[in-house]
Amino acid sequence: MTAAAPLLRVRGLSKSFGALRVSRELDLDIFPGERLALIGPNGAGKTTFVNLLTGVLPPSAGSIELEGREITRLGQDRRVRAGIGRTFQITSLFRDMTVFENVWLAVAERRGLALRFWRPAAGERDARAEVEGILAILGLDEVAAVMLGHLPYGRQRLVELAVALALRPKLLLLDEPAAGIPEQETALVLRGLERLPAEMAVLMIDHDMELVFRFARRIVVLVEGAIFRIGTPEEIAADPEVRRLYLGE
Amino acid sequence: MSAMGRPDDRQTVFTRVEGGWIAFVLPYLVAAAWFWLLPTHHALGTSLAIMVLFALSVEVVLGFGGINTLGQAVVFGGGAYAAGLAAIHLGFTDPFAMLAAGAAGGAAIALLTGALVLRGGELTVLAMTLVAAAIFYELTNTFSSITGGFDGLRGIRVQPVFGLFRFDLWQSTAFVFCTGVVLVCHLLVRILVTSPFGVMMRGLRANPGRMAAFGAPVMARLLLVYTVGGALGGLAGALQTITTRYVSGEVFAFHVSATVVVVMILGGFGRIYGAFMGAAAYVVFQDYFAKLAPQYWFFWLGLLLVVVVIAAPGGLVGLIDMARARLGRLRR
Repeated sequence: MTAAAPLLRVRGLSKSFGALRVSRELDLDIFPGERLALIGPNGAGKTTFVNLLTGVLPPSAGSIELEGREITRLGQDRRVRAGIGRTFQITSLFRDMTVFENVWLAVAERRGLALRFWRPAAGERDARAEVEGILAILGLDEVAAVMLGHLPYGRQRLVELAVALALRPKLLLLDEPAAGIPEQETALVLRGLERLPAEMAVLMIDHDMELVFRFARRIVVLVEGAIFRIGTPEEIAADPEVRRLYLGE
Repeated sequence: MSAMGRPDDRQTVFTRVEGGWIAFVLPYLVAAAWFWLLPTHHALGTSLAIMVLFALSVEVVLGFGGINTLGQAVVFGGGAYAAGLAAIHLGFTDPFAMLAAGAAGGAAIALLTGALVLRGGELTVLAMTLVAAAIFYELTNTFSSITGGFDGLRGIRVQPVFGLFRFDLWQSTAFVFCTGVVLVCHLLVRILVTSPFGVMMRGLRANPGRMAAFGAPVMARLLLVYTVGGALGGLAGALQTITTRYVSGEVFAFHVSATVVVVMILGGFGRIYGAFMGAAAYVVFQDYFAKLAPQYWFFWLGLLLVVVVIAAPGGLVGLIDMARARLGRLRR
């Protein structure tokens, strides 16, 4: 793939719930700036893999290194601070806060402002300018003052993306960014994805093959918790086993 | 031009959680009127001010931080005992020194108990806060040589405020002193809720798991919010000790915690003025109905609660919001 040192190095990562093995000895390297997609049938363990990487679930075995640093036992918040960001399959942002506040919270956490109690949040000019910049990139500046819960779902997914950007992760994990979005709003998400910083590595999970093949430069196929194939979109599309197992041909 | 580009809209990107300065000074104008017009009711005004401060502490913990607590008496009692013990055993009889002891006592107990109780889920936290208050209630009986046991701490001396204003029998000094403390704490809470810390607290209340995904150490943050609320609750407890010059294990009793939750239901959670309006409604209602029907006033309180929950789920503050919204529609 490339001679550069991997940003993320996963070795022998496994997860079992009792007798049920949902992730099986996964080995994967993700490189800086890479656009990677993770595909597989329902129940293949894609979201579990993301949850293992982000620290939502502790692994049963294996190791995860970020920039050569072991992070396998770190909690979710410390992994975020180390540089792993994610979006969620189902939007779980703050519905009773404005779009601006949702993104502002992420910026405030990253900048270490969240414990400041002696001046109004509105007075933090640098943080405000940064949020305005992120919202402008994703075309959300017009709805900055709108309560998140009042936005159409497609726009809410964009806010998820804005929040992930605000955390400035080295590796961004996108869990089905276009899931549940009406077709006419998918373009918004696509445009948002195209605007992600080039130096940020992105791992996307999605069932929308058109989106995956358009976005990814490398695709990992997961079947029954194990890596079945890794290859370029062309290689994956041409693989008869993948076509039979996943693409249904 | 983008929505954020207009100066007027810049304020609206942050949810307005508080009223303006007129709303801020209104309670103190009412207190001033109360002081001059109801000279025989200064003791009631003192109780009301203490209840407001206690409710503000719950507002921070539950209303803004989203921490379910049924044991806020633990910090109220902690503050009350800290002030009393500081006066009796350490000779800190200056009311401001007793306040400092109360705030420190409430914060320390919140830090200690919070480190244990906040580890659980929502219902566990609720039960554990209750248990923590019960444990402290029993501790006051166990260490009776220090705490006075069942009889409580008696003979607490309190110096005049600024060496000039003695705490009198009619509680006039107490009323002004407590109102002043409430004003300072109200100002601090107002600054707090509009600060980055306040926005973070609202995030914690809405979805702690999501805050972790933002990189926030959720447990430490919850503990901090709980401790801040503990300091405020401790101040309320200290005011109780200063104004009554007595403290017993009753300050840790369940009804103390339950009362302040009732106050918050009446006033409305998540809004500073819920504490003011709920406390005013409760204290005035209690005073009136306890005189009218001493044996049955809890019945009327229960009835009031049912009516508020059904007619105004957002409490009295919610009712005002509804009225303002309706008025706004009529004007249009």
